[in-house]
Amino acid sequence: MNIPQDLKYTKDHEWLKLLDNGEAIIGITDYAQQSLGDITFVELPEAGDRFDSGAPFGVVESVKAASDLYMPIDAEIVEGNAELEDAPEKVNQSAFEEGWIVKIKILDASQISGLLDAAAYAEIAEN
Amino acid sequence: MSELRRTPLHAFNATRGGRMVDFAGWDMPVQFASIVEEHRATRRAAGLFDVSHMGEASVTGPEATAFLDFVLTNDISSMESGRALYSLMCYEHGGVVDDLLVYKKSDDDYLLCLNASNTAKDVAWLESKLSGFEAKLDDVSDDYALLALQGPKALEILGGLTSTDLGSLSYYWFAEGEVAGKPCIISRTGYTGEQGVELFVSPGDAHELAEAIVGAGEPLGLVLAGLGARDSLRLEAGYSLYGHEIEEDISPVQANLMWTVKLKKAADFIGKAALIAEKANGPSRKIVFFKTGSRRIVRSGTEVLANGEAVGKVVSGTFSPVLNEAIGSALVDAASLQAELSVDMRGKSMRLFQTKPPFIELNP
Repeated sequence: MNIPQDLKYTKDHEWLKLLDNGEAIIGITDYAQQSLGDITFVELPEAGDRFDSGAPFGVVESVKAASDLYMPIDAEIVEGNAELEDAPEKVNQSAFEEGWIVKIKILDASQISGLLDAAAYAEIAEN
Repeated sequence: MSELRRTPLHAFNATRGGRMVDFAGWDMPVQFASIVEEHRATRRAAGLFDVSHMGEASVTGPEATAFLDFVLTNDISSMESGRALYSLMCYEHGGVVDDLLVYKKSDDDYLLCLNASNTAKDVAWLESKLSGFEAKLDDVSDDYALLALQGPKALEILGGLTSTDLGSLSYYWFAEGEVAGKPCIISRTGYTGEQGVELFVSPGDAHELAEAIVGAGEPLGLVLAGLGARDSLRLEAGYSLYGHEIEEDISPVQANLMWTVKLKKAADFIGKAALIAEKANGPSRKIVFFKTGSRRIVRSGTEVLANGEAVGKVVSGTFSPVLNEAIGSALVDAASLQAELSVDMRGKSMRLFQTKPPFIELNP
């Protein structure tokens, strides 16, 4: 299973890539996209929307199921990945790169320490 | 919970990457690589489906025809030997016990192919109606594995494995022959809207038969396909599925299946009076099929709205890989059939655009 070392993770199978400017990119993990199967629709929030840590901010739907996306950290949406509107299958094809879901501004940097590193996430995903 | 049942192809499915799920008490592959890709490959070339979970019952005896004409809605007495026929089996009140295929081997020898989830119920129902008929019913589900080979390349793939003349085997006819050296009932039927066959084979021969079909088919684009693709293919083709478009409390009048109910056949049959009355009075609700113009799947069970009022529920919903949008079917109050229908998708209203099935051009 592909779990890049340089990312942060949540137990809900999301990843965060922390950027230098206090922003981060969020997506779902390879494990999550495999479990969901063919992704047919991604509902994205609007730029400027604010979410508390743990709040649902979007939906990923596959042929089999709809699954909520949970914000890992207090955040304001910078942008959603508009490419997913026409090509949600990018989440299946490239979960950690082209299939990213939202870019956020981190509102409370102290919460970063509560995220999982790759090794801790691997234990969850592999069990 | 009792242990899941396994088809004779369980090991074949599992070793080839099938993602196994509980379907009607059977451990079945819902997908291999990708539901959407299996769907597309079946429309483009061919898909091979293990549907051995489906039940079979034999009906034999001098009054087998009369018995089937009594319990089934379609006209059995007009069938020729070698024909397959789609029929419903109804309750007295007009609701549906099951939908099934009838295979006529001879005047006193028929095979029924039943939904897996209904097989035990069907057999009990049929047995309870036997008295007075010189006919015998046997549950022969364990005698058969069932493989569906479907798609525009299906007959070409099969042609290399059998001496049976497939060119003269028309749609909804069957022949007994050999495929890859294994005795089979070769039925020109299917549940995808594509050309193809369903092969009834002895459980002990199923694995080798499947390997032979894969070997012959893969160079032509054949893929293994699971129940996920089977469902999206059948919905795109506009075919009903028991538990969705038809049910104990959804009649053939409501399900637009009166073409399978022969009210004018000579024999009286179970449900006839109720169906005549419902047809005359008009059904209180109907199954409609819809497109959405959206990629967002409207799931089975979602409430259907007209002018803000609940007027029905979605009974099937999936993503159509051919149309690239969500499609489905719903059971809607007759009074609201002309209204603008919608559903609430987590706070957002989404229109349902009624359309006549099939959603695509069929080439069976």
